[in-house]
Amino acid sequence: MSVQEKLIDIIAEQLSVDKDKVVPGASFIDDLGADSLDLVELIMAMEEAFDIEIADDVAEKITTVQHAIDHVNKVAG
Amino acid sequence: MSLSGKIAVVTGGSRGIGRAICQRLAALGALVVVNYVSNPAAAEETVKSIQSAGGKGEAVQFNVAVAGEIEEAFKKILDAHGRVDILVNNAGITRDGLLMKMKDEQWDEVLNTNLKGVFLCTKAVSRGMMKQRWGRIINITSVIGFAGNAGQANYAAAKAGIVGFTKSVAKELASRGITVNGVAPGYIVTDMTRDLSEEVTNTIKGEIPMGVLGEAEDIAGAVAYLASDDARYVTGQFIHVNGGMFM
Ligand SMILES: NC(=O)c1ccc[n+]([C@@H]2O[C@H](COP(=O)([O-])OP(=O)(O)OC[C@H]3O[C@@H](n4cnc5c(N)ncnc54)[C@H](OP(=O)(O)O)[C@@H]3O)[C@@H](O)[C@H]2O)c1
Repeated sequence: MSVQEKLIDIIAEQLSVDKDKVVPGASFIDDLGADSLDLVELIMAMEEAFDIEIADDVAEKITTVQHAIDHVNKVAG
Repeated sequence: MSLSGKIAVVTGGSRGIGRAICQRLAALGALVVVNYVSNPAAAEETVKSIQSAGGKGEAVQFNVAVAGEIEEAFKKILDAHGRVDILVNNAGITRDGLLMKMKDEQWDEVLNTNLKGVFLCTKAVSRGMMKQRWGRIINITSVIGFAGNAGQANYAAAKAGIVGFTKSVAKELASRGITVNGVAPGYIVTDMTRDLSEEVTNTIKGEIPMGVLGEAEDIAGAVAYLASDDARYVTGQFIHVNGGMFM
């Protein structure tokens, strides 16, 4: 499974949304209905799935699906 | 009121109020993890009393003031049982002294055990509870945290700290079906209060409208209510169980 596919699975599960809504341009809060706790959970799930650490100041900037894909590609790729 | 199938962790469950809480939660059907720090025999006694009453319990040692021990212990608990549904932060100590003579160590010991321990244990269970969309966190504070007491500035600060902590975390976790509440005991007969002189005990009784000290079971009853589904709409609150000494 590619990073992108794996991430889409995680995001869809954490935010309880349909996978086809999880497009690269989608914003977690505006398009996928996440609240601040959802974002914390999502970041923690990403850390676990890819065995990475995401610092708070970095996490703050991960606001869209594309940001998440880019970040994981950068550090885990 | 049934807690059947629930997994509960009670810190400081080996003696006193904690033991009564463990017994009550187990009697209602929960599997209870009885935490202790220094007294395995007392913890075993709590577990035996639970089992001989037909309940489920086990003893687990960790120091609530030490982050590493908590992390390890909760990992084991989660591996064994899959989740924690109810956390009762009950472990507590006193290191009394008048402010002018209070040493840094007395302050740090009490704040670390009574307040930081609550933070660390709550954090350890919060993620699992968020995922399962159900949780009960019950923090044991004290009448002293609301009214203050000469000779207990450290203890009062820690117990009042629990109040602010409880309300804040209640707000953070409310949308996930997790309630966070407290119980504030007055003077209860346990090891913590047994050594008070007769004179002090009599003075205390004079301040209690009901005229007697409370029993650990009185606290257990309030905890059981907060842990139950009956209390699902109650969060960020404190039940004062004190014979009327503070209202
Ligand atoms: N008794 C009262 O009148 C009264 C009034 C208001 C509030 N409270 C509060 O109620 C709670 C229980 O009090 P109690 O009277 O039942 O006390 P207790 O009889 O002295 O028992 C204290 C319990 O806490 C455990 N403990 C102490 N330090 C610990 C640590 N670092 N890590 C893990 N466990 C630790 C002890 O374990 P070990 O057995 O291993 O030592 C024991 O099980 C406390 O939070 C206390 O402040 C009590």
